[in-house]
Amino acid sequence: MANGGKSSKVVRYNRWGYYFLIPFTAAYVIFQLIPLIDTVTQSFFENYRSGLKQIGPNFIGLANYVKILSSGDLWQYAKNTMIIWLIGFIPQIIISLLLAAWFTDPSLRLKGQRFFKTVIYLPNLIMASAFAMLFFTLFSDNGPVNSILMQLGLISTPYKFFSHVAASRCLVGFMNFLMWFGNTTILLMAGMLGIDQSLFEAAEVDGATPNQIFFRITLPLLRPILVYVIITSLIGGLQMFDVPQILTDGTGDPARTTMTMIMWLNKHLYSKNYGMAGALSVLLFIITGVLSLIVFRLTKTDTDR
Amino acid sequence: MKKTKSTVGVQGRRIVSYIVLILLSFLCLVWFYILFINATRSHAELSRGFTPLPSHYAVKNFVKMLHSTQPIARGMLNSLIVAGLSALLCTYFSTMTAYAIHAYRFRFRKFAYTFILAVMMIPTQVTALGFIRLVTRMKLINNYIPLIFPAIAAPATFFYLKQYMDSVLSLSLVEAARIDGAGEFHIFNAIVLPLMRPAVAVQAIFTFVANWNNYFIPSLILKNEKMKTLPVLIAELRGADFLKFDMGVVYMTIAFSIFPVIIVYLLLSKNIVGGIALGGVKE
Repeated sequence: MANGGKSSKVVRYNRWGYYFLIPFTAAYVIFQLIPLIDTVTQSFFENYRSGLKQIGPNFIGLANYVKILSSGDLWQYAKNTMIIWLIGFIPQIIISLLLAAWFTDPSLRLKGQRFFKTVIYLPNLIMASAFAMLFFTLFSDNGPVNSILMQLGLISTPYKFFSHVAASRCLVGFMNFLMWFGNTTILLMAGMLGIDQSLFEAAEVDGATPNQIFFRITLPLLRPILVYVIITSLIGGLQMFDVPQILTDGTGDPARTTMTMIMWLNKHLYSKNYGMAGALSVLLFIITGVLSLIVFRLTKTDTDR
Repeated sequence: MKKTKSTVGVQGRRIVSYIVLILLSFLCLVWFYILFINATRSHAELSRGFTPLPSHYAVKNFVKMLHSTQPIARGMLNSLIVAGLSALLCTYFSTMTAYAIHAYRFRFRKFAYTFILAVMMIPTQVTALGFIRLVTRMKLINNYIPLIFPAIAAPATFFYLKQYMDSVLSLSLVEAARIDGAGEFHIFNAIVLPLMRPAVAVQAIFTFVANWNNYFIPSLILKNEKMKTLPVLIAELRGADFLKFDMGVVYMTIAFSIFPVIIVYLLLSKNIVGGIALGGVKE
């Protein structure tokens, strides 16, 4: 690149960087940036339908936010979302850590790893709406699960899964667990395989037990990936929609205890209650934004290291 | 002495891990087994309770499903079109975006890269309101364009492909092609894309599955019965008055939306399971 002729040629090539970015930029601006700006704008307007009458749009400042934050509904649905997320996530992280430790432990030499990994990842690819529909039919009052429990003599009358708060929430949480523990296992495995093997060997020579190795070496070194998994899962949990929506037909029954925040957003979108939908979207955007920033920082320091 | 003790310990831990793994595998698979059994049984048989063996009504249920009030076969075709074209556009243009950042040195390069990573985590739901309003204004309700074209800007796919490109594409190769007189667009299509094939295949599968399963946005955009994709039809089935339905057909419909993905997954599982970790964590 010493002579001027060549470097101007390089500059000419480099223009193609901009050209190749055009499709992404165009699609991003049209389908994500403009909608995002419009969503934020709508959150400052009174804009909804009352029966056949259209109210607004009128600029009302922060009134939508005041209304949404002071209504009990938001907190109820936020609580539902968090409880259901925790019901699925706690077993998910424990089982995934356990499985990842087993899969990567050279002294165990587990056979059939490919098979097990294939099976535990499978539910992640299943259409969540069809999976929820399947669970609805399987756990319905005269569905196969009740039929099996009755044949085994465990219960005498069908258990109404969808009329009990705990049972409904647990079913949603359980489905989330099933759909995500395989994915988490594989992510954690990648993290564990990245740990310097000589550390394990040294610990073993020093007579450390498998438990000590796991808690004193694996877990601390795994912390960045663990935090990554927890936060991305939390972001995913905030977006929880398909499963509870289909399982309860959008009602969030019993008594709106399985209604998640996105289900509520969906309700506002259907009823064209744009002001409230906008305020709710912006709140969710801020929460995910803060969480993403943590992930972003985390992955950034990872590459710098 | 110590050696035998630790061998016993390993043996014990191995047994425990096999038991747990088998139990978890059972938990993952049993639902699909019941689904398979029930899809082969008639409505009358189903109302008599569960049996662990299949019956012989599979074909009848399938034919009934094709003639039911819901256009299920059409829904599958619609899903194939939307998911297939999304996967195609998403992987082609994400590779192009990755190449732009990887191969060229221009002023906004670093900004563009940081920006794409920063917006990676923004969920589609929080912009859904503006998206629906935009689509309505553009008169694209009941159209596949708003379901397919947004796939061009896919930060997560871009990130995965960029990582892979860093490890396989050396710029001297591009330089050599330039000396041979190849144009930049031609280099991208004829040299870069083929080199990226393994990563593109993994991402094509993931994008396809994600769009095949997508329910939130399609349910807001597709109102015309003949345009609806499978997840939207499944949701409709849930909303319908259940007792009037032939349960054998209901199970067959669910099976019809789930089993194709399972079959394709089992055929390609080697690529998929290997590919997940690569994109998940930046290393």
